[in-house]
Amino acid sequence: MALRDEPLTGARRGAAEWAGLAALGFIVLLIGGAIVGMALEGVRDPSGAGAAFDSYLLRVVRFTLLQATLSTLVSVLPAIAVARALSRHGAFRGRGIMLRLFSVPLALPPIVAALGILALYGRAGLFADLAAATGLGQWPSIYGLSGILTAHAFFNIPLAARLLLQALDTIPADHWRLASQLGMSPWSTFRFIEWPAMRAALPGVAGLVFMLCVTSFTIVLTLGGGPAATTLEVAIYQALRFDFDPARALILTVLQLGLTISVVFLLARLGANMSGEASISISRRRHAGAGRMETLFNAAVLGLAFIFVGAPIAAVVTAGLEADLARLLGEAAVRSALLTSLLLALVAAVLCSVLTYALVSGRMRLESGRRSAPAGLLERALDGGTSLVLVVPPIIIGAGWFLLLRRFADAFALAPVMVASVNAVMAIPFAVRAIRPAHDSAFDRHDRLCRQLGIRGLSRLRLVDWPVMRRPLATGFAFAMALSIGDLGVIALFGSEEVQTLPYLLLSRMSSYRTADAAGIALILAVFCFLLIMLAERLGGERR
Amino acid sequence: MKGRGAVDVRIEEVRFSYDGAPMFFETTIAADAITALIGPSGSGKSTLLNLVAGFETPTQGRILFAGRDFTSVAPSERPVSMIFQENNLFAHLDVGANVGLGRSPSLRLQRADRKDISAALERVGLAGKEKRLPRELSGGERQRVALARVLVRDRPVLLLDEAFASLGPSLRQDMLDLVRDLRRARDMTVLMVTHDPADALRIAEHTIFLEAGRIVASGDTATMLSDKAPKQVQRYLGGEIGGAGGEFARKGT
Repeated sequence: MALRDEPLTGARRGAAEWAGLAALGFIVLLIGGAIVGMALEGVRDPSGAGAAFDSYLLRVVRFTLLQATLSTLVSVLPAIAVARALSRHGAFRGRGIMLRLFSVPLALPPIVAALGILALYGRAGLFADLAAATGLGQWPSIYGLSGILTAHAFFNIPLAARLLLQALDTIPADHWRLASQLGMSPWSTFRFIEWPAMRAALPGVAGLVFMLCVTSFTIVLTLGGGPAATTLEVAIYQALRFDFDPARALILTVLQLGLTISVVFLLARLGANMSGEASISISRRRHAGAGRMETLFNAAVLGLAFIFVGAPIAAVVTAGLEADLARLLGEAAVRSALLTSLLLALVAAVLCSVLTYALVSGRMRLESGRRSAPAGLLERALDGGTSLVLVVPPIIIGAGWFLLLRRFADAFALAPVMVASVNAVMAIPFAVRAIRPAHDSAFDRHDRLCRQLGIRGLSRLRLVDWPVMRRPLATGFAFAMALSIGDLGVIALFGSEEVQTLPYLLLSRMSSYRTADAAGIALILAVFCFLLIMLAERLGGERR
Repeated sequence: MKGRGAVDVRIEEVRFSYDGAPMFFETTIAADAITALIGPSGSGKSTLLNLVAGFETPTQGRILFAGRDFTSVAPSERPVSMIFQENNLFAHLDVGANVGLGRSPSLRLQRADRKDISAALERVGLAGKEKRLPRELSGGERQRVALARVLVRDRPVLLLDEAFASLGPSLRQDMLDLVRDLRRARDMTVLMVTHDPADALRIAEHTIFLEAGRIVASGDTATMLSDKAPKQVQRYLGGEIGGAGGEFARKGT
């Protein structure tokens, strides 16, 4: 039997499967190494781990869950109103701008958004000034739960609104026609047509937002402002970076891992799409006209959402422009951080594209090889490999490796390797969205033809796969690079005087209260991310 | 495979299972002739073609070309060319390159190869269109390019998997006539799947009828599609064809 299969499957077919397996091996090694690091730590000092259980720990877990739950509520409830308003008014002027604006938070690094929120709502921010000028007294501090919720809402209202809008777009046109023919009031329309469509999507959307907030690191680190508002991820960071308490870091990591695994398990049961939606839906379907009152209400909803999402972005730009950008760009530390960021992001993006392509193409070959038989173990593993990192957040991987590496080497010296590989793996779920649909449809069109004509190996790569996959790969590459360049995760653990990225430098300027510098760096960072995301969308858009 | 005579295809007690449905094929496709495969959808027509082309491997039995066993040989190493209903061309490569891939799968072409490509394109009525991209061609022209590639590839067996099904009636007749002419010129053995008995009547000497994964009847086309046809075939062709049989017979081959 093996003899018979051999010539059919051919050398190239085997190569793709091996490449997929190698990519999976890399991801498993990265995550496995972290787990080994934790296990060794636990074995070495089991009493220490036990002693780390205290009321502080309980408080951290409680706050992690509390802020994630509240963040989900303040994100998803407004998003329902926003999505509904966008869906009811399919063609108003500015709708395109609104949807474009809603895609901005996806591209904005969390640390930049945190800065924008501080510039608006902070003690030295716009609202505090207004309050002082109008004699309303002292503006309350934004640090703590309120800051965290504001930032999470800034990121997740647009995300949830876009996902819910997609759900509304699946309502057949006939239902709308029927509704207007039957003369349904706005409330009836909502109850009988819109709500059922959104309710189906709601568990998945809420679950995704909850997951993002449970694993949110940068926002809590920059806006939490103290031990009262600390989540597990931030506590891990503090245990490793400030208290040098590996036992506590270990127990926190295990708790966080348990938490994310249960959330992901729950999400999978709800059928949620965990990498979020990268593309924006600009549907322009016209429905029955809304009445005057409803139009006013919707206009208010959309206006508020526009200001809420737009204002921090505007604040980033204005505060950044006020900074002495020329001096900043001339500073050696800024330049070297920028260079390090670009370099690491480049390596991460190349690695991410290669890993993603290997996983995607290995999986597709297995799928086409089995025809209608159920998926084999390897195929499912390759499929799952793309989203493994969602179960094990980057900070956890970083913490595990940090614990492992400090036994054998200078963990800080290995920062570039860790940052590039973890960021690469972190971006895989996003790259898959750009690469997999194009790859799979090209494979369907071309594979039989290639096998028939004997186009294999390098010839196939040069003549068939590369010309077709160039654009989607570039899209995935640009997305991965944008994500990586703005990330403050692993670098927060591994960063040092020697190895600094732009987000790391931004964090250190923020913590030393050099606000103007921080604003300038944030703008520089944001500009780079935007150029990359625009490039990715352009490349992705022209393909279609 | 150059300088060979006509090649027959022997399908020897081939067993295969698709989606849990067992299939069994046993027949010989006559050399240097056109054989049509007809039958209800899901009867295994395309599967039989894929087995001959090498895209599927039998669980039992053998596939022989001119007496030689090719059962476990890769598709590209078989003496076979195949034209699918669609996706016969790479959309990002021009017509010349698409045809040239039939000569060299790495597209390393000599001057003589380019001459052959031009000649093949001329033969199928697309002279001078080497630089066109597939999207600039009509559906019929794209299938002509695929036929030109069959010519430069020069394999003795041609498989057509409803290759012209998406073309309009008169265009389809032109393509069928072209296949008939090319077959004569090159002594090819042609096996074509079609859902329209008129296609078989127009160019096929032989017709094989499949039902539920088995060859139920076979013979010359004129008999197979007349009122003398076996019961199962008549049932498939239905009342209208029974009446139309006379009309088809007039068109004849």
